[in-house]
Amino acid sequence: MSHDFEEEFAGYGDNVASATRVTPGHALRPEDIALQDAPPAADNGEYAVWLGDDSLILAQRLAWWISRAPEMEEDIALGNIGLDLLGHARSFLTYGGKSIGKTEDDLAYWREEDEFRSVHLVEVPGQDFGLTIARQLFFSVYLELLYTRLLNSTDATLAAISAKALKEVEYHVDHATQWMLRLGGGTEESARRIQHSLEVMWPYAHELFVDEPLHERLAATGVAALPSSLKEDWDRRVTAVIEESGLAMPAAKDALCRGRRGEHTEHLGYLLAEMQVLARKFPGATW
Amino acid sequence: MGAENQINDTNATGALQEDKHAWPLWEVFVRSSRGLSHVHAGSLHAPDADMAVRNARDLYTRRNEGVSLWVVLSDNIIASDPRDKESFFESPKGKDYRHATYYTASEGVKHL
Repeated sequence: MSHDFEEEFAGYGDNVASATRVTPGHALRPEDIALQDAPPAADNGEYAVWLGDDSLILAQRLAWWISRAPEMEEDIALGNIGLDLLGHARSFLTYGGKSIGKTEDDLAYWREEDEFRSVHLVEVPGQDFGLTIARQLFFSVYLELLYTRLLNSTDATLAAISAKALKEVEYHVDHATQWMLRLGGGTEESARRIQHSLEVMWPYAHELFVDEPLHERLAATGVAALPSSLKEDWDRRVTAVIEESGLAMPAAKDALCRGRRGEHTEHLGYLLAEMQVLARKFPGATW
Repeated sequence: MGAENQINDTNATGALQEDKHAWPLWEVFVRSSRGLSHVHAGSLHAPDADMAVRNARDLYTRRNEGVSLWVVLSDNIIASDPRDKESFFESPKGKDYRHATYYTASEGVKHL
C-alpha cells in the first residue's frame, strides 16, 4: 500500500463516519450510515423506509431476470440495475431503521407483508421483457425527478443518499428509454407487446403521486418532496418517450393502490416468501 | 431463406445485418483513468451502436475500469491474415539496425 493510498483512506472505518464522508469509490455506503451517531426523527425514518421499500421490492423483481433475459448482455444490464436499486434500498433502510432500532436486514427479512410500504407498481409481476421495460420507464423517471428534488432535502442523509442514487437512476431512465424506442419502432410484434405492457403497468403508476399525511408533514419541513408535485414533469417526460416510440398513451383506468398503508396485491407475499426464506430458515447466516 | 428475406437490413450504423434474429458482434475498447489510449477489452452483442455503448458500460466498466469507451462493429475491423505471418512479421528479424540501441555514439558527440 503506497503512502498516498493510506493518506486517502485515513480514518476509514472508524467511528466518526458521516453521511457526507468520502469512501473508496467516492460512494456513500450503508455501513457509514449505520455508524452515524444520531438516529433520524421518527417521520424522517419512516419516509426513508418507504423509499427503501420501493427500491428493495423492484430489485427483487429485477433479479428474476438473471439467467432469463433475452441476451446475455441484457441479463447483465437488468442485473446491474437491480443491484443499483438494492444499494439504494440498503442505505434508506439502514437510515430509516435507526429511528426504530432496526437494521437493514431486520427490515428486509423480518417484516411481514402488511409492514411493507412499497407501491404496487414495483410488486406486480413483470415476467415479460415489455412489462419490465414499461415499469422501468415509469418508475425510473419518477425516481429521477424525486431524487433531484431530495438533493435539497433538509435531511442531510436523505440528500446524500439521493445524490448517489441519482447518478445511477439517470442511467436506468436511459436504459428504459432506449428499449422503448427499439420495441416501439421494432417489429409489429414488439410494438404490440410494449403497447400492451404500457396498458398493464399504467393503472399502478398513479400511486407514485399520491400525497399521504407523512409526505405532507415532511414537505412542510423541507425533508420530503410532495409526490403530487412531481406528476406534471413525469407526465411530460413519459409522454415524450411514448410518443417518440410511436406508441399510444395508455388509456387503462387507475387501480386501487394503497401500498403506502400496507395494503398490497396478492403478488407481494410470494415475492417476500422467496426473498426472505433463507434468512428465516438460517437466522444470522452469513456467506 | 425465401426470396423476400434476402433483402438485407441495415442497422443504425448502416452496417449490413443479414440475420434478423442475431445481434451483430462489436469490439469494445476501454480507456482506463490512468491509461493514455483505449485498449481492447473484449467483445459483445448489441442490436445497434447506441446499445453497444451501453452494453459495454455494463459489461466492461462495472468495476470502475474506465472513463471512456469505444465500440466498433467487428466486421469493420480489417485484420491481418494469420497465414501471412511469415511475410508480414518475420522480415524485421535480424535487422537490429532499425533500433537506436544498435548504434554506439561516436566519441565527442554531444546531446545524445
